[in-house]
Amino acid sequence: MGQEHSNVAYQVMWNRLISVVEEQAQALVRTAFSTSVREAGDLSAGVYDTHGQMLAQAVTGTPGHVNAMADAVAHFIRRIGRQNIFEGDIYITNDPWEGTGHLHDITMVTPSFHNGLLVGFFACTAHIVDIGGRGFGADAASVYEEGLYIPIMKFAAGGDVDQTLVQIIRGNVRAPDQLIGDIYALATCNEIGHRRLIDMMREFGLDDLDGIAGFILENSRRATLERIAALPPGEACGEMTVDGFDTPITLRVRLTIEKDRILSDFSGTSGVDKKGINCPLVYTKAYACYGLKCAVAPEIPNNAASLAPFEVSAEANSIVHALHPAPVALRHIVGHFVPDAVYNALDKLLPGVVPAEGAGCLCNFQVSLRPRTDAPAPVDAVRSEVLTFNSGGSGARPEHDGLNATAFPSGVMTMPIEATEHAGPVIIWRKELRPDSGGAGRQRGGLGQYMEVGARDGHEFDFQAMFDRVDHPARGRRGGAPGAPTTIAQDNGTSMRGKGKQFVAHGRKVVLAFPGGAGYGDPAGRDKALVKRDLARGYISARVAASEYGLSDDDIAAVQRTLRLGEDI
Amino acid sequence: MTSSSIRLGVDIGGTFTDVVLETDGNAFSTKVLTTYSAPEIAIIDGMHQVCAKAGVHPSDIGQIIHGTTLATNALIERRGAKTALITTQGFRDVIEMRTESRFEQYDLNLNLPEPLLPRQRRYTVAERVDARGDVLIAIDRAQVEKVVEQIAGAGFESVAIGLIHSYLNDAHERLVAEVVAEKMPGAMISLSAEVSPQMREYERFNTVVANAYIKPLMKSYLGRLEGRLRDEGITCRIFLMHSGGGIMSLENAAEFPVRLVESGPAGGAVFAAHIAARYGLNKVLSFDMGGTTAKICLIKNQTPKTSRVFEVARTYRFKKGSGMPISIPVIDMVEIGAGGGSLAHVDALRQIRVGPESAGSEPGPACYGRGGDKPAVTDADLVLCRLDPDNFAGGSIPLHPARSKAALAAVVGDVLDMDATTAAFGLAEVVDENMANAARVHAVENGEDLSEYTMIAFGGAAPLHAGRLCEKLGVDRLLVPPGAGVGSAIGFLRAPISFEANRSVYMKLSDFDGDKIKSLLVELQSEAVGFVRSCDATADILSQFKVYMRYTGQGWEIPVVLGENDARAPDATRFERLFEENYTRLFGRTVQGLDVEITVWSVNATTPAEKAAAVATAKTAGAAPVAAQRQMFDPAKSDYLDTCVVRRDAMETGANIAGPAAITEDETTIIVPSSRTAIRQPDGCIDVIRKG
Repeated sequence: MGQEHSNVAYQVMWNRLISVVEEQAQALVRTAFSTSVREAGDLSAGVYDTHGQMLAQAVTGTPGHVNAMADAVAHFIRRIGRQNIFEGDIYITNDPWEGTGHLHDITMVTPSFHNGLLVGFFACTAHIVDIGGRGFGADAASVYEEGLYIPIMKFAAGGDVDQTLVQIIRGNVRAPDQLIGDIYALATCNEIGHRRLIDMMREFGLDDLDGIAGFILENSRRATLERIAALPPGEACGEMTVDGFDTPITLRVRLTIEKDRILSDFSGTSGVDKKGINCPLVYTKAYACYGLKCAVAPEIPNNAASLAPFEVSAEANSIVHALHPAPVALRHIVGHFVPDAVYNALDKLLPGVVPAEGAGCLCNFQVSLRPRTDAPAPVDAVRSEVLTFNSGGSGARPEHDGLNATAFPSGVMTMPIEATEHAGPVIIWRKELRPDSGGAGRQRGGLGQYMEVGARDGHEFDFQAMFDRVDHPARGRRGGAPGAPTTIAQDNGTSMRGKGKQFVAHGRKVVLAFPGGAGYGDPAGRDKALVKRDLARGYISARVAASEYGLSDDDIAAVQRTLRLGEDI
Repeated sequence: MTSSSIRLGVDIGGTFTDVVLETDGNAFSTKVLTTYSAPEIAIIDGMHQVCAKAGVHPSDIGQIIHGTTLATNALIERRGAKTALITTQGFRDVIEMRTESRFEQYDLNLNLPEPLLPRQRRYTVAERVDARGDVLIAIDRAQVEKVVEQIAGAGFESVAIGLIHSYLNDAHERLVAEVVAEKMPGAMISLSAEVSPQMREYERFNTVVANAYIKPLMKSYLGRLEGRLRDEGITCRIFLMHSGGGIMSLENAAEFPVRLVESGPAGGAVFAAHIAARYGLNKVLSFDMGGTTAKICLIKNQTPKTSRVFEVARTYRFKKGSGMPISIPVIDMVEIGAGGGSLAHVDALRQIRVGPESAGSEPGPACYGRGGDKPAVTDADLVLCRLDPDNFAGGSIPLHPARSKAALAAVVGDVLDMDATTAAFGLAEVVDENMANAARVHAVENGEDLSEYTMIAFGGAAPLHAGRLCEKLGVDRLLVPPGAGVGSAIGFLRAPISFEANRSVYMKLSDFDGDKIKSLLVELQSEAVGFVRSCDATADILSQFKVYMRYTGQGWEIPVVLGENDARAPDATRFERLFEENYTRLFGRTVQGLDVEITVWSVNATTPAEKAAAVATAKTAGAAPVAAQRQMFDPAKSDYLDTCVVRRDAMETGANIAGPAAITEDETTIIVPSSRTAIRQPDGCIDVIRKG
């Protein structure tokens, strides 16, 4: 029936592949053990051609994984060797530089065979809660302290799982059953992808994926290049300074828009840090691509061709291009700030598109609880590790306020506090919006949030902090005001640091205020109706309504009257 | 159930109100336009029409079962009452902060849906219960009184109460309710521990808020409806279809109106389940496709699959996460923006996209000739000659193929360098693929292989697309029942009286406590049975026990059905074996050496399902009379083929026709692809099976 009908068939097949990888990701969520995967969606799943080019990726997942995993399969093909790839094989790694940036991400790749021939690969990645070493946190001085390293190797050869490897893994981690469970979940998810792919190939009578791969990559390349060609060519610099561990970190980026590519050059960025907040280039690249794709070509699906025109470079041994053996466990902190740095440059070339700076990195913390040691503990006191994911406010957009307590650029979810309190003897006393934390502006920054964390009676704990923006709040754009900074202290006033493991005695609570996003545009230009709405909802106080937005006393009094009637504005 | 065998089913939909009256095996149906301002008017009108057709008086009706989209619409359109939430201090913003994530990661201008209640309508009280149900901070009545006085002063009509961990210990919620009842005698009250006693505060709070928000509206509507029906001489009891696929009393519906959400589609699933029972089919995929959406549901062992949470009012292209979660027992189905009116466009990737935007009834698809200039699914169906332009909707709406072709060429063909036929084929394939993908993902999530399933199709657009969908899904058999256009209303008449009670209580198998389990299940059973008994004083009541289990450390539970004996004499070893069997079926292998835990307990009490008269499958008894021949496009062959057109009402039992064929009736057309053959069954179903 000629080219036109095969075009229709290819359209159907492309849709199908996206559905296949989505099924792959869902299978992972349903069977995973780590809270980071099953509650927060810190994972990725994709299908590749025989050359290791990514053809489709599940929309479920977070950008750092999504884009980093795109490069991973080529490393697997190179390391394993084409001549050693057989049906029934499953490959594994947690190499930060050839996987997705830290030892806590396990990447697994499964070759897909059809009628005895290799037709492609499935890969998936998940963030697991423990990989041994010092535990998840910034305190290590090198990657060797951060946990067990699994080079690219066969987890299963011809269907047989390598029991030696399983024993080594079991012997090196804190929760071996869960990690092995997660590894099996990853293998299961590739297997489900493979089965669906073969169903599709049978249905369409395909012997290989060359035709559909060509169709997907050609259409994606053309669409991405059309978008880039439509941008004004030019060059601009952006920079941003954040807290770091002990010394501030400056991210610098020179952005060059050419006719057929966008180059992000991070020369001039701070060098590697002593502590585990360094970022391998693959992860930097993932977030730089993500930020640019959102702004330039949001609806084009991720694959090798749609990512290729976004090129990233950096100086070796800078914090965005950390080399082995730099510690990298919390590489997400720097990685999550990359889009804001890139936007500071892009805004100069493409005004009116990108948001103001936001909270940036997730506001995560891990609580290690144990029976109190200062006095006899009750018999039912237990040891427990509890990890939570939380978000500050996102930056205001040119036409919209920032999002309150919503992750950007990360794509993960928080977990219900009722579920968290079932995970261990932790008590979350407070988790709610933080008024006045969104930077003032014509568009207001998103609000951060308050949290208060304690333990059930009879417990004390170590608090592993992973926060930034204590000293460097999000900066506004075009006259918008900065967002509120992070604050952290104990309820008796004892101060605490934004990063690192800190002891909290029996009976004490950690009081946290997560940062707000910055504002966009002059606050004086904000629609008065929105100022009144924000006041009525308590997003801003009467003081801020008057001082930042110039709302009159009469207006404030009027809002407060409607408030007593429970009316919205 | 009742002395009179005359029963009335009424389904209020977005466009039409469907009314079906059944008398001793005869059914009379009508569709009247929904009267939004006073929905009871359409019901009364429709009731008189079917009574006239059947020659009975309204006072002869022995039972009325009603389902409605009003609750859903009130949530979507935000037309609820002035409602306040009282919650735990420190957690005022749970319904606003949602999951703290973006459901569409690449849209920089994404906005999240506003919560049902803005922040100033959310009040807090100092109190706290922990994850074991123990009180950490006792509630202070005097403080509650002060808060309630503020709420009373602001003139709220309805109050939702949602406190942390109240599903484990509801004492604090009850105390707040007591104060509200005392201080605000006219206000309606909803407790999260009653409406949705499940762990996860965002879902539970949102559900109790939704219930409170629509309660005044639904209570008033149901009251008016009852009054009007009594004025018309109705003396029988009136029941409501609920989202879980059973029926409940009008009084319970007024108390828990959130359970009415999606009651129409639930009726459709019950309809399909009944057909499945007639044919003794244990694995059925129901496919309901109307003007704007398609709904797909798995029906195993003649029972629609149920779930504990779903999402209503999706604001962003039906995207998962863009709506609000409601955690109540519900028939589990996927709904996607794919219907006869769904519009097509070509995106930046030169891909044809279909829906979720819909042409609606005005202007409608381009072929209606009412000014629509974008191609809809119906336009593609017309160009591919699946529809007869002169006999659409019984000839009442003349269709214009030239306009369809022009719209297809302008929007799709010119951009992709395709002729109108290829564009129509592309559009139809994309919408069919969208539906097939939704079905596949739904099946995978439930560990099912669709190739073993039979499809039952209903709704105006389903019979046109079901054959192709079966080809795509590898489904060998398709049944198109008669009365498919009013399937939901018929389904209401097949639904049992049922109520599901459930509770979140965590228990590891290593801490298995048989006595505690026994008393918990007895308590849930008496709650569920109590509801059903209030609807029917004499019927047998069956109880189904179910627990949700997982490996300790996992986040997703799988449902495990227990037998009566497991509930009476719980045994840890058997619970573990049941879990492992179910887990293996879903995910292939168990994980060794891990503890297993139970998170949710549920008891569903129900009256016995109406007996379905088994159908003796018809033997082939000659060819169906061919009314006409035309050329029709066959997607599997990618070409136009000579096609027989047969009138459905001319097909006798056993009459058969080989595909490609079109079987026409007033409401719809059944397309039999070239790979299938169709035979009429004794009950009027058209049975479309794979050739050879």
